[in-house]
Amino acid sequence: MMSQKRPVALALRGLTKRYDRPAVDGLDLTVYGGEFYSLLGPNGAGKTTTLRMVVGLLKPDAGTITVSGIDALADPAAAKQVTAWVSDEPMIYDKLTPFEYLEFVAGLWRIDAKTGEARARELIDWLGLTPHMHERCEGFSKGMRQKVALAGALVHDPKLIILDEPLTGLDAGSARQVKTVLRERVAAGGTVVMTTHILEVAERMADRIGVIANGRLIAEGTLDELRHKSGAASATLEDTFLKLVAEEAA
Amino acid sequence: MSRPGSVTWLAAHELRLGVRDWLSLMTAGRRRRLRTVVIAFAVFGVFMHLIAHPMVARYAGAQPDLPTLVSVTGVLLLSFSLLLSQAMESVTRAFYAKADLDLILTSPVSPQKVFAVRIARIAAAIAAMAMAIALPFVDVLAFNGGVRWLAAYGVVAAMGAVAASIGVALTVALFRLIGPRRTRFVAQVVAAVIGAAFLIGLQVVAILSFGNLSRLAPLQSPWLIAHAPGATSALWVPARAALGDFSALGLLLAFSLVLLGVTIALFSPRFGDHAIAASGVSQTVVRQHRRGFRLRSPKQMLRRKEWVLLARDPWLMSQTLMQILYLLPPALLLWRSFRDGTTALIVLVPVIVMAAGQLAGGLAWLSISGEDAPDLVATAPISARSLIWAKIEAVMTAIAVIFAPLIAALGFASPWAAAVAGFGVLIAAAAATDIQLCFRVQARRSQFRRRQTSSRVATFAEAFSSISWAAAAALVAAGTWFALVPALTALAIIGGVRLIAPPRD
Repeated sequence: MMSQKRPVALALRGLTKRYDRPAVDGLDLTVYGGEFYSLLGPNGAGKTTTLRMVVGLLKPDAGTITVSGIDALADPAAAKQVTAWVSDEPMIYDKLTPFEYLEFVAGLWRIDAKTGEARARELIDWLGLTPHMHERCEGFSKGMRQKVALAGALVHDPKLIILDEPLTGLDAGSARQVKTVLRERVAAGGTVVMTTHILEVAERMADRIGVIANGRLIAEGTLDELRHKSGAASATLEDTFLKLVAEEAA
Repeated sequence: MSRPGSVTWLAAHELRLGVRDWLSLMTAGRRRRLRTVVIAFAVFGVFMHLIAHPMVARYAGAQPDLPTLVSVTGVLLLSFSLLLSQAMESVTRAFYAKADLDLILTSPVSPQKVFAVRIARIAAAIAAMAMAIALPFVDVLAFNGGVRWLAAYGVVAAMGAVAASIGVALTVALFRLIGPRRTRFVAQVVAAVIGAAFLIGLQVVAILSFGNLSRLAPLQSPWLIAHAPGATSALWVPARAALGDFSALGLLLAFSLVLLGVTIALFSPRFGDHAIAASGVSQTVVRQHRRGFRLRSPKQMLRRKEWVLLARDPWLMSQTLMQILYLLPPALLLWRSFRDGTTALIVLVPVIVMAAGQLAGGLAWLSISGEDAPDLVATAPISARSLIWAKIEAVMTAIAVIFAPLIAALGFASPWAAAVAGFGVLIAAAAATDIQLCFRVQARRSQFRRRQTSSRVATFAEAFSSISWAAAAALVAAGTWFALVPALTALAIIGGVRLIAPPRD
């Protein structure tokens, strides 16, 4: 298996988080460097909780998180230095311009000013934000705001990019730009872990797909491997996904 | 039941929204707190009646002679300036809250009817608020001086209607003069100035003429009474009404209702246009000065980000302006005392310390709780401790910059008073920041207006802490060991807050 020769970008072992019921239940997951990994699951399956624990927004009740060989629970700052997080709600400041926002993010990640500015200008250009780079974000559309947030996630050149439903509410053009940027990051050796409800996106973009239900990983592999597992070799990902989730529910 | 789409149906809808909004404001969205809120209101009401009694009971036998009419008119004008300020803020909020605008304007209901009801709702809300504030004072007067004093409620209602009418007219005039983008900020500033102007004006006159901060001194001056129109003048109709003249009350109510009716008839047809123009403000482009990245540490970046956001926040700027406006009379007293070499400077110390505590509480909420990108800063490779310290430093630096000039000026007149005020400002600001830190929540900056509802304990603790530090500073400046009493009270408040604050993960 080619993936096994790659370095491990993200490893979760026995990851557990309970609220009233287990949201994430002893989850084991491995994502390799240079891989586009898509995490699928029905609503309330534990996808977002898992990712929020990985980026340090939630504390797990049990288990370990390793990011590029760094124990994220023992040394969160070091793990955060190589990780970026993009949620479905763009995390930007209305009263800052994209340029100011990227300067702020570069400062938080301790990127030196010259490198940070060069990267920021490149990303702004790449995402088609150049005409708006000195305008306050308050008047931006959802798509533009998400592009600014994505630029913020990339300005510190992370090894691991974690995205939670990043395409929600984006128009076709913006969604394509975001997908292109992510593919290029993977081609350049970066690792992407993304949740999405748009199964076509996972089908077309992901190297491997993990299906999560009730806080546990119920299936994992390439699209063909998942099809094989579900017993329908020519099925679409949607059919495969629904069958796997139904089997788990039963 | 009224017919859907009719004025009464719309009014019932607005009333339901208004009541639910108010309940949400009082209970912070938790219905289980309703009983606690009712009990707290009852206790507060009793407390306010006890406070009001020594303040106004001696005026219960007042008769409508000229000195009384002048004083009552002054008090009514003082109250009216605050109501007008509140009305302008409500109208501005009504313009800029997009809320159900799309639904209203795309429905077959006449927008004119909807906005007519909304203007009436603003008037009713302001009158209700004013009546609630006036309640303990009017009750005490009525209890001691007879039912004639209940006419004051009618005066308050009339003032609410007039304030709403003028508030709508002024805000619409600003809209037409300077456009929707500038109006959002300017209307806030104008509202703050109107709210403070009369009060400050009275204090300025008191300082210049009598050498103290009393607002009533100018209203009772022989000069003013000698130059005032006769007791039969129409100018005193509101005062006569407040003193229990029911024919004057009838006249006043009729005038206010006609004015409100004319305002509704004139402005409701265009209210929708203004609201649409206001909703487009967020689509307009504001460009910032271009410059390159500068090398800064994460903490420096966080501090700078807080300052930039504070400086670009129009609502906060108007609140800050209000605080600074209230510092004008003390500043004038400082200048006058400096010139005359009097010892009135001690009065300044608690005013400055109190203002610093209150302003720091607001800034701390914005900086610590009002973080619009909480996930971003939480996923940055910076420790939570560094993050919090950067925000605290941002608040304390802002307070230092605002109050340093006043304290420096005080230093020329009295180095001791300046030293006490400076130390008091720091400690009151630090205490308010600490309270906000203990009760921090995750909120958007736009929720600033409702910050008091997120934790009533924090709100009261912040207010009592500022008052205690102000009292302690005043007593230290006066050179008495009694300062230890309010200082220990303030420390007890901070200790209590730390004990009952929610645990942090």
